Amino acid sequence: MTQTAMPAQRPAPTPTEWRSLAAELRELYDEVADLLDRDQVEQLPGYFTDDCLYQVISRENVALGLPQATIFCDGIRMLRDRVLALRETQVYEPRHWRHFVTGVRVNAVEGDEIAAQANVLVTEAMSDAEPTVLLVGRYRDRLVRRDGRLWFRERSVIYDNYRVVRSLIVPV
Amino acid sequence: MGKSIESEAAARAWPAEGWTRVPYWIYTDPHLYARELETFFYGRGWSYVGLDCEVPEAGDYKRAWIGERQVVVVRTKDGSIAVWENRCAHRGARLVWQNRGRGESFTCPYHQWNFNLDGRLQGVPLKRGVLGKGGMPPDFDNASHGLCKLRVHVEGGSIWASFAPDGPTFAEYCGPEMHGYVKRIFSGRPLKLLGYSRQLIPSNWKMYVENLKDPYHATLLHAFLITFGLWRADTQSESVPVAEGKHGIMVSRNVGKSSADSAAEMARNKNRLVLEDTDTVTPIREFDDGKVIGLTIFPSVVMHQQANTLGMRNIIPKGPGAFELSWTYYGFADESPELTRLRLRHANLYGPAGYVAMEDGEVLAESQLGAAEYGHRSAVLEMGGKDVAPQDHMVTEVLIRAFYRYYREAMGL
Repeated sequence: MTQTAMPAQRPAPTPTEWRSLAAELRELYDEVADLLDRDQVEQLPGYFTDDCLYQVISRENVALGLPQATIFCDGIRMLRDRVLALRETQVYEPRHWRHFVTGVRVNAVEGDEIAAQANVLVTEAMSDAEPTVLLVGRYRDRLVRRDGRLWFRERSVIYDNYRVVRSLIVPV
Repeated sequence: MGKSIESEAAARAWPAEGWTRVPYWIYTDPHLYARELETFFYGRGWSYVGLDCEVPEAGDYKRAWIGERQVVVVRTKDGSIAVWENRCAHRGARLVWQNRGRGESFTCPYHQWNFNLDGRLQGVPLKRGVLGKGGMPPDFDNASHGLCKLRVHVEGGSIWASFAPDGPTFAEYCGPEMHGYVKRIFSGRPLKLLGYSRQLIPSNWKMYVENLKDPYHATLLHAFLITFGLWRADTQSESVPVAEGKHGIMVSRNVGKSSADSAAEMARNKNRLVLEDTDTVTPIREFDDGKVIGLTIFPSVVMHQQANTLGMRNIIPKGPGAFELSWTYYGFADESPELTRLRLRHANLYGPAGYVAMEDGEVLAESQLGAAEYGHRSAVLEMGGKDVAPQDHMVTEVLIRAFYRYYREAMGL
């Protein structure tokens, strides 16, 4: 058995710090949801670290320990490419999406990293029909604080849907 | 005055032009749909039901669909694969309620009839009654009340099943050319499951079969392929209908660029878009023949090898107006982590959010919406001529024409 030195532990956040962190996350999540609802997906990569993971993956695959993701961006360049391809090459029926984010929770603070989660529901509305539920799931996030603000190191959108109805066009 | 029966029957006829036309009523008619399920999915053909790496150990099972019927794929104690209808032999309740799992045997929750992995009835509670009353008649024989088993064929790790006890063999059903391509991928090299991607597309299931027999659309709809260099107009290609048009083979081979070509291309595309992470569009060579293939084994599956992704696209009809497309992605157990990494990255091209495949879902949904209420009108299939002979290029609808020649004969239309 090998012994590894434990990293220097920071003191655990106080209840007040914890509450203020939760409030900060709530603000961040609302901001990101709002930019997606306003079709400003170009701004999304600006919330991620260079070594980020952004993925949209089924609960089925996560439960089975399978890595296959519906959208898989391993690094900021792949995330920016997702936006480029969407804007420059992709053909799809225009529609509007709206995000409903609830239950924002801080799960852990370890070293410089914050583990957090939230529930998410996304509706989709075609121009000639009422909105339907596109996707229901959970954000599983890891964030870091740099330059006085929070950045996503990981955002995994783990969706409960057995199937994606029709298409998943933009990051959610 | 309503329409006469005769005029309705005439509206259900095939246009006089033959296989260069496809009438739109075949994408919505419920009676035709029921007959398709009987003829193709529940008939004499073979359907894809899974990969053996999904059920590696004895007792491992998964549910699968053949048409609208659910079946269970099980690894039995002797290592072979059994496939049976997910329906208790007693009263018809589904026996298996989870998509995957492992068990010693299967017990129906309703009256606890118990079946072994192979589907044989092992136990019937209260078979002899209670205190001399009730129970099964003396002539009740467990051996006659097992689960309904399907014929099974395992081809190098891919699992196929057929409802027909006396139908053709899998090799006969494929025909030699298709069988050769199946063995090219499923050579017996152990497989590794990477995951699933499931999509519900609101279009008739045949539209997907056609989509994979339609190389003509690939360079036009899918700008991503051209823009980022995965496909070029001079890519060497073949479109080969096989087994009387039932199945289709699309092969392409990127011949590589000479430096002069590249320079000319650069000159043409000064403001060319480039991806920051070119890994996504840079496959490494995997098969000795350098080919990229898409195989449609009618009716249930498209086998794809594109970039470095390997996938089985299972077509599961859900009524005339929708189908589930279940993608199973896999690699090989002994491959390098680098190749697995590329497979996961390249999978961004496919599935419901795929740079390429998302657009197929979109146009199929739009085709169903466009055609559904115009059943008396028809699609035109004249690209690449009017015949059904193999062609050495992709600017053709020959595979769809050949398919409808087969379809009309099989359906008596």
